[in-house]
Amino acid sequence: MIDPSVFQLVCFYAFAAVTVIAALSVVTLRNSVHAVLALVLTFFSTACIWMLAEAEFLAIALIVVYVGAVMVLFLFVVMMLDIDQEKLREGFVKYLPVGLIVAVAMLVEMLGLIGVRVMHAQTMGENPATAAGMSNTAWLGQALYTQYLLPFEIAALILTVGVIAAVALTLRQRTGVRHQQASEQVAVKASDRVRIVKMAAERPADSQPAPAQEPKP
Amino acid sequence: MVDQIFHQLIIPILLILAVVIPLTLTVALYVYWERKVLGWMHVRMGPNQVGPLGLLQAFADVVKLICKEVILPTSANKFLYYTAPLLALIPALAAWAVVPFGARFAISNANAGLLYLLAMTSLGVYGIILAGWASNSRYALLGAMRSAAQVISYELAMGLCLVCVLVLAGSLNLTDIVMAQGGHKGIADWFMWPLLPVFVVYFISGVAETNRAPFDVAEGESEIVAGFHVEYSGSAFALFFLAEYANMILVAFLASILFMGGWLSPFPESVPFLGHASFIWLLAKAFFFAFLFLWFRATFPRYRYDQIMRLGWKVFIPIAIVWVFVAGCMKYYGWVHIGTGG
Repeated sequence: MIDPSVFQLVCFYAFAAVTVIAALSVVTLRNSVHAVLALVLTFFSTACIWMLAEAEFLAIALIVVYVGAVMVLFLFVVMMLDIDQEKLREGFVKYLPVGLIVAVAMLVEMLGLIGVRVMHAQTMGENPATAAGMSNTAWLGQALYTQYLLPFEIAALILTVGVIAAVALTLRQRTGVRHQQASEQVAVKASDRVRIVKMAAERPADSQPAPAQEPKP
Repeated sequence: MVDQIFHQLIIPILLILAVVIPLTLTVALYVYWERKVLGWMHVRMGPNQVGPLGLLQAFADVVKLICKEVILPTSANKFLYYTAPLLALIPALAAWAVVPFGARFAISNANAGLLYLLAMTSLGVYGIILAGWASNSRYALLGAMRSAAQVISYELAMGLCLVCVLVLAGSLNLTDIVMAQGGHKGIADWFMWPLLPVFVVYFISGVAETNRAPFDVAEGESEIVAGFHVEYSGSAFALFFLAEYANMILVAFLASILFMGGWLSPFPESVPFLGHASFIWLLAKAFFFAFLFLWFRATFPRYRYDQIMRLGWKVFIPIAIVWVFVAGCMKYYGWVHIGTGG
């Protein structure tokens, strides 16, 4: 008999291993398109881990937003780039010390944070969604729109401001550009474009009857 | 142990086969039907040589495609070139896991079914993009770029339409969504009436999302030969074909399930025999939508690329956003009858 909790643990380690390996290959793969695909795999296996933790809404939102939209655009841009791999690798030795210092600093900070968290460790309570007897999505929606309504709306507002700012920064008025006006195009009538002229049927006096046979080419 | 393997391995695999094999056969017959319908609309016969009425034409084509060599273009990326058809096909088939065929018939009656569908349909674009890039061909790359931009634009409109449906139904579960359209008035209870604008937007977005005419700029035979799959031959091409048609059938089923009451009968329950909910109704509705795909293809000229973008961003998304608010009001003030199922 396979114990479900053991199976879940095995799955967790499998997904975690895939995540770590994929994340490492993002920075080690030579081909940049392959690196982006490794990043996609990282997101995907992270979503699987979240799914194991019964956070189904977050897991699927991660796939829809990051894998389905953000990474597609990313891939789109990377595919357009003509990257010279040799040139990129030139400064590797020169920047290695700086990179190492940053990496070590980040590692120390993360370990410190984990240490502090461990000291204040408190066991996780029961999954609030299961405790409330509803699905993860329904519970999350209720929490966001009642308990955390104000922070949620503020976050949405900040994002909207970001979108408008991005548009405003890149918008420039160009002169001499001719735009099509779809509404005008649709509203056009035949009488605006074509004039039907009545002409009396007449035949020039010196006209000959048409030749019986077309000349051969 | 044996019991566990039987229940958790054998039965799910049998269920999956019970969906995937009929789906593949449906794709074959759908291709035949498409060629037949296009033929009739062009006043010609369509396929009529292989088998009775030409019914075996699609199968003959499959055999031919499988027997042909899969050619690898020069300096194409070998790994991605062969993976791309699979990446297109896997999400197209995986999406069917949550599609309910009746009140108790679904491989997985997942709570977040609608979200799962959204996730799977958004993954399909990877197959197209990678096929275009890995082929090392300009036409293929152009097709892939067009397709990526188009799919992402229309996915937004599609997602907002789905939001309207789930606001009214109050659930992400597809079975619950169908049950919410039940009532005593039959067809009048379906979501297509209160959500008529987003129903239209949803189906047109579905056509655009599957890269079908009149939105088939990703293939654009007259401009870029065949777009992203121009370099593919043999069975690799067949996989792209299968994925595209499986997606079309999926959109047809979803439009029926989300807006037209799924397996519920259009007649009120009081009508004897015809008033019963049945799988046949779902099939009939899905067949109608699948036919619309073909009708569109035979009728409309291809959209220009900037017109596609304008339609998606400046028409469909505003309509869908406004209707999210309207749907919210309908739900809050109880303007529409929401069935509870049973």
